[in-house]
Amino acid sequence: MTDNTSAGPLTRCWRALWKPGTRYATGTLLIGGFIAGIIFWGGFNTAMEMTNKEKFCIGCHEMRDFVYKEYQDSVHYNNRTGVRATCPDCHVPKAWIHKVVRKIQASNEVLHKVLGSIATEEKFEAKRLELAKNVWRTMKETNSRECRNCHDYQSMDYMEQATRSSRSHQSGFDQGLTCIDCHKGIAHSLPKGFEDGKL
Amino acid sequence: MMKLDIHMGLQRGLIVASAVFVMAGAAFAEDGLTSLRGNVPIGDSSPAPAISHWQRDDQLIERNFAEQPPLIPHHIKNYRIDLHSNKCLTCHNRATAQKTGAPEIGPTHFFDRDGNPTTGVSPRRYFCLQCHVPQKSVKPLVENTFRNANTE
Repeated sequence: MTDNTSAGPLTRCWRALWKPGTRYATGTLLIGGFIAGIIFWGGFNTAMEMTNKEKFCIGCHEMRDFVYKEYQDSVHYNNRTGVRATCPDCHVPKAWIHKVVRKIQASNEVLHKVLGSIATEEKFEAKRLELAKNVWRTMKETNSRECRNCHDYQSMDYMEQATRSSRSHQSGFDQGLTCIDCHKGIAHSLPKGFEDGKL
Repeated sequence: MMKLDIHMGLQRGLIVASAVFVMAGAAFAEDGLTSLRGNVPIGDSSPAPAISHWQRDDQLIERNFAEQPPLIPHHIKNYRIDLHSNKCLTCHNRATAQKTGAPEIGPTHFFDRDGNPTTGVSPRRYFCLQCHVPQKSVKPLVENTFRNANTE
């Protein structure tokens, strides 16, 4: 056996972790661990939910002054039935594992917030196409998963849709298209040159 | 003396003017003419007209005269037209119309005012709503005796 007294405090803690407990009862450790687990897990999810609110998103002027303003003109903000889709409804996956992956990717956004990459309207407009393409690509890869959290094409009643929508939806789904293939720029302004069909 | 005359003249003029206004007001009331907000005293609110809805059946609306800009048979709520983008053109532009099945904008939209062809939509034709408008079924605010030339 190694001599504990000659080892450093960290080494001693590490070794104690892997020996059977002698000071505390197993029950204390179990119940204590259970409660600590609830607090840790609950805290983790609460913190994650906090970053999943519109108020958090528009806490930065980049979001509040540019994209949020455009979104306020859209049907997802203001509509007949009063059902709203806020930022995270479209931009953060609902499923836990995808959500955590997205949250980790968001560290890149924190970096660019610090760098001020889109801090002014000019800088943002210069990057709009690139940023839009990122979202379009992701949506395409996930078969518009975030759209389909609410819009399920199997539940669509084509008889109730306008002529134009009904026709386009049916032919679109027949071709295997996904929501974002047609519905670009529904919540935010389109990048310059989009209507020329070159993007 | 001169100054007094001017004052007198002004006063007389004002009296005549107000008399004309009063008579004109009476004449309006007799003819049953009202302003667009109805015969409601200034301080009161006139009843709001019923909410009307845009025609949105996507059926082409027949033109009433040659070269009439076609009317829009769908709603255009939140269709943004600005420096960077034009929502109408995402379907009606040359490059996109075939794919979307929307009527393509006419060839006249690709010339500047001097008759030189432009690559994209000419800037003077860029703001669609200056000529093309959606429709609502509402009672006209004033009587209109216009008749379609084709029906005569």
